[in-house]
Amino acid sequence: MAGAFWCVVEDDRKGQPKKVMAEVLGEAARLGGSVEALWLTDKATDDGLKQLGAWGAKKVWLIENAGLAPYRGEVWVPPVAELVAKENPKAILAPVTSRQREFMARLAAKLGVGLSADSVALAMNGDALVATRPIYAGKLLSKVTWAKQPWMATLRPNVFKPAEAQAGASAGVERVSATIPGAQMKFVERREEASTGLPELTEAEIVLSGGRGMKGPENYVILEELGGIIGAAVGASRAAVDAGWRPHRFQIGQTGRTISPKLYMGFGVSGAIQHLAGMRTSKIIVAVNKDPEAPIFKIADYGIVGDLFEVVPELTKEFKKLLEK
Amino acid sequence: MKILVTIKQVPDTATQVKIGGDGKQIDTAGITWIVSPYDEFAVEEALRIKEKRGQGEVVAVSLGPDRVKEALRSALAMGCDRAIHVNDPALAGADTLTTARVLAAVVKQEAPGLVLCGRQAIDDDMGAVGAQMAEVLGWPCASWIMEETIDGDGKTVKVGRQVEGGLEIFELPLPAVLSAQKGINEPRYPTLKGIMGAKKKEIKDLKAADLGVTAVTPELSISALEALPARPPGRIIPGEVKDSVKELVRALREDAKAI
Repeated sequence: MAGAFWCVVEDDRKGQPKKVMAEVLGEAARLGGSVEALWLTDKATDDGLKQLGAWGAKKVWLIENAGLAPYRGEVWVPPVAELVAKENPKAILAPVTSRQREFMARLAAKLGVGLSADSVALAMNGDALVATRPIYAGKLLSKVTWAKQPWMATLRPNVFKPAEAQAGASAGVERVSATIPGAQMKFVERREEASTGLPELTEAEIVLSGGRGMKGPENYVILEELGGIIGAAVGASRAAVDAGWRPHRFQIGQTGRTISPKLYMGFGVSGAIQHLAGMRTSKIIVAVNKDPEAPIFKIADYGIVGDLFEVVPELTKEFKKLLEK
Repeated sequence: MKILVTIKQVPDTATQVKIGGDGKQIDTAGITWIVSPYDEFAVEEALRIKEKRGQGEVVAVSLGPDRVKEALRSALAMGCDRAIHVNDPALAGADTLTTARVLAAVVKQEAPGLVLCGRQAIDDDMGAVGAQMAEVLGWPCASWIMEETIDGDGKTVKVGRQVEGGLEIFELPLPAVLSAQKGINEPRYPTLKGIMGAKKKEIKDLKAADLGVTAVTPELSISALEALPARPPGRIIPGEVKDSVKELVRALREDAKAI
């Protein structure tokens, strides 16, 4: 309907919306909008559609076509722009993921409206939406407003309160018959990363990060072991990545990934500004470092001044005991 | 092949940033300016393409006030052949879309075979301009690329785009817009010869009007800048490792309810 808050669905490429959609849909509801989902996929599942309803979507605009996977901006933008012109949503929200980041930017350009990327708060001020986003390596927050609708924003994962699934709530499904343009970009292949068996860095609720204090690539195994027990992702600081100890995709910080987990634990991480830029919105921050002057202690909720090679095995033992209970 | 690289001048990460008098912009006094690191990856990749092909031209483009000349000089010192500086007070409040439109207008004038940019600038972290430029131009684009290979006759480029859990490989017809992710290369340092040579290279000044860009009303505006809310004071847990770890685990479980 006109005036609705649209939430662009990020899925697992197997027909299931990702957990982060609970956050986007929950935020749209909190803002007082009529909540609708927009799903572009090569294959939706009934389970996936039900899930969107349970998270609060009243309606799902479904554009299902084999040409939509893998994501290509030039293929996704035209049918959505057409639908927006017809339905006039008030806002279009999406989680920050690799494809949504690009898609939302291209769509905003097509529609000629503003985009607030990587927002960490949204609020209504009278009839206007105001977004808050970190800038300058997270040293400042900027409040932004739009000249016109639809207001477009991407939302940082793990920051917004997720909608609680309502069993039995269901969404009306509106299949959109849109013309899907042919792609100029030809898909060649997908190269999977060697799986660590641990959660993805930007999606994990707990992240362990190893810095220069890890002393070498061989030592990350102790963090992976701890991660396996508490279900945490394992990341690294720029110093560790630049030293070649970890592949770049594990880097947390300004030139790496931005994360906002429930719990961040840094081991042998000094806390340089460019690292803080990527993790300072974490809810609880724990620092373990031999150097009591390490800047990370300034933003840590809990700190242990000590040798990580003694602390980590002890933590693994304690968490094992705790979680076995 | 002509390659156009868009760059942005940003405050050095280590620089203190303070909110300016109007509450909407930063106070630029005393700031050290650098070329945004991702844009350096883009410049480096463009230079490597030119070197590999044994011919071509690399043009650096930037938008901003007089100080931006310095950023363009560093791109020239790295090896770019010439530069274009869109320097117009009318563009001072440009949002990503205005910037994309201005840059797209430069692209139309220059007609390069490829446009390279960084995945995002590290000041406002929007990461939108590359994709928006592609949309304005109607070109294909690939963001966060970790590798690229241009075919012999310069008609297509094969790229690896970083996504969650892996790399997606695509073949794009040229011209196209690519945005560089860290890891694609290791940018070179300018040599002394490069720095000296840069002084003689051309930097062309353009105004918005030269690009046919008129009335600039931003679609997204900053209404206020704010300092970060202070984090509650932290707690250093003292004692023997065994005891402090026990207490930490208890606190995470019972007080913080983080696990």
